[in-house]
Amino acid sequence: MNVKNLFKRTETYILIALLLFCFLVQACSGQFFTGNNLVDDARALTILAMFALGEMIVMVSGGIDVSFPAIAALSMYLVSTKMYDFHGNIIIFFLAGALLGFIMGALNGFLIGRFHFIPLIVTLGTSSLYTGIMQGVFASHESVLPQTMLDFGNAKLFSVYNPKSKLNSNMPVSFLFLLALIVLVWFLLRHTKLGRGIYAIGGDMNSARRAGFNVFHIQMFIYCFCGALAGFVGVTRACMMLDCDPTNMVGMDMTCIAACVLGGISLSGGSGTITGTLIGVTFLSIMSNSLILIGVSTYWEKVFTGLIIIIGTGISAYQVTRKNSKTVSNALN
Amino acid sequence: MNVKSCKASIHSLLKTDDKNFIRLLYVLIAVFLLCAIVKPETFLQISNFQSMAAIFPEFGILSLGISLSLISGGMDLSVVFIANLSAIIAAKFMLALAPDDSSPYTLLIIIAAIMVSLLVGIICGLFNGFLIAKIKIPAMLATIGTQQMFWGLAIVLTGGSSLSGMPELYSTVMNSTLFNFLPVSLLIFIICATALSIFLSKTRYGSEIYLIGTNAKASKYAGINNDQLTILTYVISGVFSALAGLVMMAGSNSCRADYGESYTMQCVLIAVMGGVNPNGGFGNVKGIVTAIVILQFLSSTLNMFENISNFYRDVIWGAALIIVLIVNYIINQRREAAAK
Repeated sequence: MNVKNLFKRTETYILIALLLFCFLVQACSGQFFTGNNLVDDARALTILAMFALGEMIVMVSGGIDVSFPAIAALSMYLVSTKMYDFHGNIIIFFLAGALLGFIMGALNGFLIGRFHFIPLIVTLGTSSLYTGIMQGVFASHESVLPQTMLDFGNAKLFSVYNPKSKLNSNMPVSFLFLLALIVLVWFLLRHTKLGRGIYAIGGDMNSARRAGFNVFHIQMFIYCFCGALAGFVGVTRACMMLDCDPTNMVGMDMTCIAACVLGGISLSGGSGTITGTLIGVTFLSIMSNSLILIGVSTYWEKVFTGLIIIIGTGISAYQVTRKNSKTVSNALN
Repeated sequence: MNVKSCKASIHSLLKTDDKNFIRLLYVLIAVFLLCAIVKPETFLQISNFQSMAAIFPEFGILSLGISLSLISGGMDLSVVFIANLSAIIAAKFMLALAPDDSSPYTLLIIIAAIMVSLLVGIICGLFNGFLIAKIKIPAMLATIGTQQMFWGLAIVLTGGSSLSGMPELYSTVMNSTLFNFLPVSLLIFIICATALSIFLSKTRYGSEIYLIGTNAKASKYAGINNDQLTILTYVISGVFSALAGLVMMAGSNSCRADYGESYTMQCVLIAVMGGVNPNGGFGNVKGIVTAIVILQFLSSTLNMFENISNFYRDVIWGAALIIVLIVNYIINQRREAAAK
């Protein structure tokens, strides 16, 4: 790839903005490029980035999923309360969470793939359904985690001590999950026929169908994958927080959509890269963590998220309009 | 598609809409009977109907706004937060100028505050409309963005807590009952619904909005100014949101940034249940109003069971939305099969 192409991509600009923001925080507080702050940022990023990768796959296919925080919360709650007396391997906890998420995602996929309903409306509905089941049927409340999950949450890859602020930050083992997921999603999207199918149905569903892709199967896969991932991440989140709080993932759907949009996921579907999504999610996560460091009240966080969505979508919408009008004027010449 | 065939297709749409409306009326009667049988001693009280009539305008007015945007082929996910933001700004205005009821200008200040809140609604709507019509951001993403922004601004303005202490006169007037049977909030809802109904069925703009929702390209080639009408749609939706915000604020004489967060989902449910096609082009006010009443009957009856948690409502709304979508789908399939 040459340099000229690099500057045509949204990701490049977002990356530049991200670096500028980091230097701004460093200049204001002197605390950004310290070992423990970077580890804290990576820690805060883990959950959000994993969700965002799932959302990215959905958005590349031309859909949208706002139900994954509800799926994650319900799976997390069921795993940590119903398996409280279970003392097996931690992997079983993650698999149970993923399985629950898979089932809930399958409902999304079935409704969207079979009936062609609008993904946003379906996932709004299922989100309400899952939240209601968690709070109504299971009367959810904050609860204590099983010992196995606590042990996993306390495990660390390494820790960094900052002598200046006297703070110690641990890098959680779950950061490895994020790295594994990046490889998995990269392989899926770049090296499998299924991955090409996801891009194909996002670009043009009818053409994809005529080209021989089974659209229903692909959509089922996408929402099941996103659901299973949500369930898995829900359990990871509980481990990291050392606590099962069913309400603390509310609102992450909007942040992830913002991250994807920021990372240059095309509005019409059919394009979008892992790099872009990761840069987008890093930007948002660092922004919300660093507002305090640059002396801005955290009350402003939502305003910035909103502005970023509007500016991000605005830029790519503007590019599409300009491209279209260029094609028209070229055709006329 | 020329204008004539568009008009013909609108006529056929109206007919199918009527079928949908008749179906809704059956559902309404069934739900009414169900509620009356399950809780005869409380549901059939006049006081129950009065309290229901005072509650539903809150989300009823919001549903009208969301439905209009859906009919035009768009989506307005920011309505709840326009309502909260405009109410908060109006409340700040009142608190600054009329901290208590003793001021002789209280009434004037309240009227001015109402104007301020409507103005905020118009500005928010203009902003949505501008992003969607001029910048060409898909409506859903644009209003997700503005939703976060309006919500964030409301948090910044209130510091995350709720505002109260507005002049008593305001909530007294808004919560009063005219002629002993008509709550003021219901009156506002009726005015909104009637105005929207006339706008959609009797004015040129109304039929043009249906056209845009059915096929935006065709309507453009038919000489309709799509951009202007889209902006108008979101401005109307913004004004309705501001009115809903005023009603919400009067209900508890307070307002906060995250009031009625779940209303977005409920309003989409009402619109879809009322026969509004989420893809645009279909839907009318009488269907929406019937759906609102059905939902309120169910909700009030559910409230009468003390041992059922409020959270079951989320389950029921979510499930109802999916079921209504599927039923509509099956009916459409049958209709298409019959047409062939």
